[in-house]
Amino acid sequence: MTEKIGVYVCHCGSNIAGTVDVADVAKWAAEQLKHRGVVIARDYKFMCSSLGQELIEKDIKELGLTRVVVAACSPHLHEKTFRNACKNAGLNPYLCELVSIREQVSWVHSDKVAATEKSKAIVAGGVERIIWHEPLTPLRVPIHPATLVVGGGIAGIQAALEIADGGTHVYMVEREPSIGGHMAQFDKTFPTLDCSACILTPKMVDVGNHPNITLLTWAEVTHVDGYVGNFQVTIRQKPRYIDTATCTGCGICQEKCPKKVVDEVFEAGLGYRKAVYTPFPQAVPKFPVIDRENCTFFQKGTCKACEKFCPTNAINFNQEETTLQIDVGQIILATGYDLFDARRIPQYGYGRLANVFTSLEFERLTNAAGPTGGKVFLRDGVTVPKSIAIIHCVGSRDKNYNNYCSSICCMQSLKFAHLAHEKTGAEVYNFYIDIRTPAKAYDEFYQRIMEEGTHFIRGRVAEVTDAARNPGEEGKLIIQAEDTLIGKQRRIPVDMVVLSAGLEPRHDAKDVGRMFGLSCSSDGWLIERHPKLDPVATMTDGIYIAGVAQGPKDIPASVAQGAAAAARVMGKIQQKEVAMEPIRATVNQDKCSGCRICNNLCPFSAILFHEDKMVSEVNPALCQGCGTCVAGCPAGAITGTGFSDQQILAQLEGLLLLNVKRLEPEPVPA
Amino acid sequence: MSDQFEPVIIGFTCNWCSYRAADMAGTARMKYSPNIRLIRLMCSGRLDPTFVLKAFAGGADGVMITGCHPGDCHYVEQNYKAMRRFVILKKTLAQLGIETGRIKLLWASAAEGAIFTDEVNKFVEQVRELGPLQWPTSGGGLEKMFAMPEQMLVKEVSA
Repeated sequence: MTEKIGVYVCHCGSNIAGTVDVADVAKWAAEQLKHRGVVIARDYKFMCSSLGQELIEKDIKELGLTRVVVAACSPHLHEKTFRNACKNAGLNPYLCELVSIREQVSWVHSDKVAATEKSKAIVAGGVERIIWHEPLTPLRVPIHPATLVVGGGIAGIQAALEIADGGTHVYMVEREPSIGGHMAQFDKTFPTLDCSACILTPKMVDVGNHPNITLLTWAEVTHVDGYVGNFQVTIRQKPRYIDTATCTGCGICQEKCPKKVVDEVFEAGLGYRKAVYTPFPQAVPKFPVIDRENCTFFQKGTCKACEKFCPTNAINFNQEETTLQIDVGQIILATGYDLFDARRIPQYGYGRLANVFTSLEFERLTNAAGPTGGKVFLRDGVTVPKSIAIIHCVGSRDKNYNNYCSSICCMQSLKFAHLAHEKTGAEVYNFYIDIRTPAKAYDEFYQRIMEEGTHFIRGRVAEVTDAARNPGEEGKLIIQAEDTLIGKQRRIPVDMVVLSAGLEPRHDAKDVGRMFGLSCSSDGWLIERHPKLDPVATMTDGIYIAGVAQGPKDIPASVAQGAAAAARVMGKIQQKEVAMEPIRATVNQDKCSGCRICNNLCPFSAILFHEDKMVSEVNPALCQGCGTCVAGCPAGAITGTGFSDQQILAQLEGLLLLNVKRLEPEPVPA
Repeated sequence: MSDQFEPVIIGFTCNWCSYRAADMAGTARMKYSPNIRLIRLMCSGRLDPTFVLKAFAGGADGVMITGCHPGDCHYVEQNYKAMRRFVILKKTLAQLGIETGRIKLLWASAAEGAIFTDEVNKFVEQVRELGPLQWPTSGGGLEKMFAMPEQMLVKEVSA
């Protein structure tokens, strides 16, 4: 017997001990697994506490433990903690195995006997497995100091500026012709009623002028390769048909362009732009783009008005799409959201009843730079509404559409109520199911809006209709809703309805997730590493998420997340290199028959075939450690470090030890 | 204590989706049958079909293989390889006299704790109905099963 194994069973307070007889598990391990090398088995209230870790360290030093098994929580939570404890005591951290008897046992089973038996089996699995572990050294790879930020909304802008100010290079890729995101479309921001453009555009200009930022608008990421520290990113640069070296952004081309197009993106369908356009006057960069779909020259072959009038000859109809390859060390995704399509709730009449507006449309109506110059008009463009209904939770908190709370709609609707009062003097009715105003100065804002005389009616709106039942309702939109505070059905005729539509993941969020190796929650938001303690990191090392791409949130929270993601990126850059899990495949060239089956299995092209020797070899820098080649090798010539056949089969034997003692355990290696 | 047969199920989970689904079930305290014991692999593509044979030979009554949804694999496409191997493995098991109902492939994302627990419960019931696996495992196990019958061995022929 060469290995000395220590087994540590955690109570996790009562989290584990409440369902599992931890003392019994430890006692059983000490007695029944003694012949497998277990020299000590202890149970302790909190293994992850410093005292618990000291206990392990002490045993390693005093008893000369060569292997450690900790039965506690998920390895995703505390594997690092116990590996560090081993390292501190001079034991290679990879000779420590954490088995989960909390997430997999105590929290999911209620039968104490069964839970204790299962815990024993899991501990046995860990003990059998650890025998076959080898000391490993993490691979150290250098971190490329440049960072990619995808998405130029407020979260991406904040992240890019923090990193660039920190002194390293940032590439920002934005799909639209200008950065600014949804925030650029708003007029005022709650609860301070700051002018959105006033606080946003200086930051946009900073991004545009920053020596450390390469701004790529009208561009999209098409491919991502590599791993933390060393990503190779392919970017598709769409043709602007404008030579940015000579364009001064004077705007004459936009004035002269004869083609008017409904602006579905920035003006939410309420206003027009030209076929050559910048989305809004403060756009960064200042260069316009020619929209090929609508440009008369591209469609009919004549016009070129923009070219004729351009004082600097910056128009270039021959520009082609280009692709760009960049190397970055880390990536921040701040890809934002789409607004819930209110047409999906037909009873609210959006798209059918002219004077039903979405929240984004109302934002544009109130915006001084918007299509009406900041005047709130009905769809006819001249009538000022005398009464406005604002409906909360449209497409949110509704299991027919989205279960979740969109987080911003309450405050946004309160803001709308204020703006409606200010700009029209109309009677305003807010239909809500709950008012949620939890952040700083939010509830005070709610109280202010109440004092301004807004009517609040609690109850989900059943229908918005133009079918009048009495003369007072003629020509109006009637809101049919239950007022749950008085327990009555109400019909309220109004001139204008604003639907506070919820936030939805970008329509292509799943594809983006796939491209960057992230997963999406069932609602479609990109998943963070831990919802509480690691909200901006993801399961893929080196890739971070910020802003609404991670879940609904308002501007302050998006900015905070952008900055948080930047801090994480800068921390890694400071370290200059990163330790990667040494989980890699290796080919035993003596056993390799050169069949090349593994070559085709690898999605990372990490397996090279040596034509001269007729054997394959794994490039450890490219190998990601999935182990598919290990399972596929017919000669058993490939070993997966950390997940070798022996380790997995031994764990299997351990797991089955209690129920059926039919397997002869493999001899312990000398 | 009831006398009902309690099957032993071995579950192979991938590190990125389905192991996290199990973690998620734990965090959310979703109860499920204690008959399953999990082995974490980095990817469902790591599953060597012999692990499954070994599990059955070692006394498991059922084996559940779980991975990321197709298209969501952390390693791009390795779960598709697991899917193909699973089809062949099922045929092999049938030829060895093991009901194909004893093996299950499940896609579960990190967010699908509820799906994971539901499917575990369903699978345990399914295997419970099949009863204990009667496989000649005592003494020799797999080696004996797969041993070549003597008459098939090539015999030396004298000149």
